[in-house]
This record gives sequence, structure tokens and C-alpha cells, in this order.
Amino acid sequence: MNARIVHIASNTFREAVRDRVLYNLIAFALLLSGAAILVGQISIDIERLVVVNLGLAAVSLFGVVIAIFIGIGLVSKEIEKRTLYTVLSRPVRRWEFIVGKFFGLAGTLVVNTFFMAIGVFGALLYVDHKFARPDATILVALYFIVLEFLIICSLALLFSSFSSPLLSAVFAFSLFVIGSFADDLRGFAGLTHGVTRWFTTGSAYLVPNFSALNVINAVAHQQHVAGQLILQNTLYAVFYTVMALSGAVLIFERRNLK
Amino acid sequence: MAAIEILGLEKTYMVGFWRKRPKRALQPLHLTVEEGEIFGFLGPNGAGKTTTLKMLMGLVFPTAGSARILGREWTDPEVKAQIGFLPEQPYFYDYLTAHELLDYYGQLSGMPSKDRKRRVEEVLSRVGLTDVKGVQLRKFSKGMLQRAGIAQAILHNPKLVFFDEPMSGLDPLGRREVRDLMEQLKQEGKTVFFSTHILSDAEALCDRVAIIHKGELRGVGAVEDLTSSVQGKVEVIWQGVQIPPSMKALGADCHVTGDTVRAVVAENQQDAAIDALRRERIRLIAITPLRTSLEAYFVEKLQHSQTAATTVGSSK
Repeated sequence: MNARIVHIASNTFREAVRDRVLYNLIAFALLLSGAAILVGQISIDIERLVVVNLGLAAVSLFGVVIAIFIGIGLVSKEIEKRTLYTVLSRPVRRWEFIVGKFFGLAGTLVVNTFFMAIGVFGALLYVDHKFARPDATILVALYFIVLEFLIICSLALLFSSFSSPLLSAVFAFSLFVIGSFADDLRGFAGLTHGVTRWFTTGSAYLVPNFSALNVINAVAHQQHVAGQLILQNTLYAVFYTVMALSGAVLIFERRNLK
Repeated sequence: MAAIEILGLEKTYMVGFWRKRPKRALQPLHLTVEEGEIFGFLGPNGAGKTTTLKMLMGLVFPTAGSARILGREWTDPEVKAQIGFLPEQPYFYDYLTAHELLDYYGQLSGMPSKDRKRRVEEVLSRVGLTDVKGVQLRKFSKGMLQRAGIAQAILHNPKLVFFDEPMSGLDPLGRREVRDLMEQLKQEGKTVFFSTHILSDAEALCDRVAIIHKGELRGVGAVEDLTSSVQGKVEVIWQGVQIPPSMKALGADCHVTGDTVRAVVAENQQDAAIDALRRERIRLIAITPLRTSLEAYFVEKLQHSQTAATTVGSSK
């Protein structure tokens, strides 16, 4: 990878660490250990189901919140504080800055997810006292959550490249909510006719399909996740991320930094 | 070779929310800065100095025109490896220490790791930021941030340095140090282009200056040339408090200060004034041609443009 992208990404990661973003892990650990102890006492035979569901949902929610709230400020904060001036007056291309920022945030989220995953497996061990073979599918669910983060990061960056942090947060969060119901939206589009059908189908396919990336419930019920779905979701997330990042680059390349 | 050639750069912003209307921030600007000179870009606040600098740095896109820096197109990324830039009132990643910040900028400038470490120490000591190891920039004063800004601008040993209001936020001692630093950069063969509205700094430092007002270039030239538009008068200074009647007869404007007298006479009466003092056996201390100060030249240019604008307005 281009050395300047790596330097910008590492600095973005360092910023997240120094701004104590990873402190969310403490809240996550408290939530999960509390839940594990609680379900251990009140549930009968569904401890695993509850811990996996709760743990993975928390991993997703914590990550989405971080991705949105850091992502929306990645570009706008640099413009507002004018820290960007001394970066772009060096031999750094604008697209390198955007891509570097993306990888920095993505790296932060991957590290964050890694530690939260340890927490989930720890809680699982606490309630089940052992690991079973189907527990490996939790890794697939975690992988899909990371793909979800990549899409959200790129969308937050896209909005951040032309909008204020507040509006970017609203846009990104709205797309996250709508995208979580993308399958329902596509089903609804199939029921319409004529121009409405074109419009609703187009919209349903334009929003990120987060429902396809959500296998938490299936994993909690120890269901198998097909290899084809893993491949499809990977390609979809990469494609969507590249598109959103390209949009961010196109906008940012033309932006006057007043 | 010219260090900077600005070829008709201009900028018009669209302002307003519903009904956008054009607002010209910079009229077509033509300017050449030679290699190895200290060039002052002067103008009051809002004159278009920062807009010009931002366009040269590729932060703002011009509406028309182009520029060449160090013989290359100003948009060429390779050019940026050879220039340094200090923005106005710089703000940096405040979670970093000065060493980390400079190391990061060194990486972005493509400096090898071994050179970076040595150079970071060197420039920090050059701008007077010693003993800041481990201190995050959020704990820096405004003056310290300005020094860090200057350090990052010269870190990669650029051939051309752009400073936007470099004295801003500095105490008198700091200003003196920055002036010395700029002179050292010149001695090292570098070109310094700096914007300021502090005319004494420009007068003390610059080989040439350009004056810009309301986005329009009002004058450009060597400081000596601009300030040597002498008013055709000389200042005569002599010892004592006595003013000879023959001096008064010359129409001299005399002022007694302590135990010396200063008189301003017409240049063609200089010899007559010297004779008058000799006749009275008064000790002559100095005769100096009266030069227009840069400040006077600057004010005159600004007033001239305002008068012209008023005349045009009233004739409509």
C-alpha cells in the first residue's frame, strides 16, 4: 500500500486511541460480564442463546456508534480545525488522505471488535464452561459485523466530505436503520407497480443491505452459515465500500477548503 | 529561474443561500517572485492574501489562471516536496507531541526515517522549542504553536517557504527570532514568501513587496524603490537649541528635541542650509534624505484605491 496512506491511517488510529475511543471496551466488558452473570442465574438452557445474541448485538451497536461518530468528523473536523492545510500542502493527494482516513478508522474498529470478541467468547465460556464446534460460526457473525463497519465507515466519510458533522450523523444513522430493514424494503418494492416499482426497487437496492450481514440470530441458534453467503457478503461489502469511498473522493477532490 | 510565477490567478466565490451571487475574492493576479529573495505580500485583513496562498497550496481552486512554482506547474505533487507552508494561526493534531507531529509530517514529505529523527531535533531547537519532549500540543501556548508551525514548514529543508502571518501570536522576542530565521533561510539560498499586515516586519526583512487590497494588486517592487519616492526634502540635524534666522528664512520646519534641532528643508536648499549652520559655527550632526516609509506608501495606495472607488461611485 502507498506509504502516505499507511502514515495517515496510523495517525488516525493513534488519534482514536489517544482520544480514548477504546474506553468503550470497558463499558462493553461491564455490560457483558453483568449479563453473563445474570443469565447464568435466571435462564434455563438458553444461556448460550442469550449471551451470543446480546454479545454480538452489543459488538455491532458499539462499533456502529463509533464508526458513525468518528467517521463523520474525519474530514469535516480536519477542515474546521485547519489541520488539513499542513497535510495537503505536502506531497499528499486528496484521495490518499480519504483512503488513509478510512483505513485508520477501519483499523480502529477491527481492533475494537477483536477485544470485544474476546469478551463474547469469555462470557460464553463462563455460562457454558466449554466451547463447542458450532461456536466457530460466531467468528463468521463477527466477520459480517466488521464488513458492516466498513460500509458504515465509508458512508460516514462520504457524508463528511460535503456535509456538517450533525447532518452527516443523521444521514449515516438513518441509512444504518433503513439498511437494517433492506430485505423488507426489497419485499415491499416487489408488491408495487409501474413507476413506483422502479423507484422503490431502485431505492431498496441503493441502501446498504445490512440485513444480509446480520446472522446473529442464526449463529445464536447454532445454524450453519453457507460459504456462498460469506463470499456474496464479502463482495457486496467491498463493492459498496469502494463505491462510497469513490464518491467521497470525487466530492473532496473538488472541494474548496475555505 | 523564478521561484513563483502567478499567471492571472483569480477567485470568485458564490455567496448567499437562496440567490447565489458572485463575490470576487481575488482579481486576476500576475506576480513573479525570484529565487533567493524574501518577498512580502502585504495587505489589510480580507485583502486576498490568504486566498492567494491557499490557491498556491492547492487548498482552494482558482476560478481562472495558473501558476508555476520552482519551474513546474503548481498542481504537480512533486512541487510540494520542495515547499514548506505555515498557515495563518496554525492548529495541529493536539493529541500529538511536537516530536510526533514533526515525525508524521516528515513521513508525509517522504523523508527517510534516519534523517527525520535528526532533522526533527534540529528544527525544534532552531525555533526555540527545546524541552517539549512528551508534551502534547494541547498544552502549548499560542506562541509555541506558532513555533511548531514554523518548524513543520522548514522540516523537510524546502527550497521555497510560504508563511501566512508568521509573526501572529508571537511576543517581541519571538518576532525577532522569526525575523532572524527568515534571514537565515535567505542566506541558505531559500526563497521566502510571507504575507503580513505588519509593515515594520516587511520593511525590515523584504527584498521586494507586493501590496494587495480588496483582491487587487496595488503595487509591487523593491522596498528601497517604493520608499525612495522621496518627497524632495532632506532632514538636517545639528547640535544645540539655536535656530539661525537664515535657516528660518529658508522656510525650514524646525523642531528642538533635547540638545539637538531637526529641520526639514527642500532638497535644493540643502547647501544653503549647511552654509547657514557654518556661518553660525553650529555643529552639524547629520543630513538625511527624507524617504517615504513603507507604511506611508501602503496607506497612500489604499487611500488612492478608496478615492478612485468613490469617484467611480459618484460618477455613476
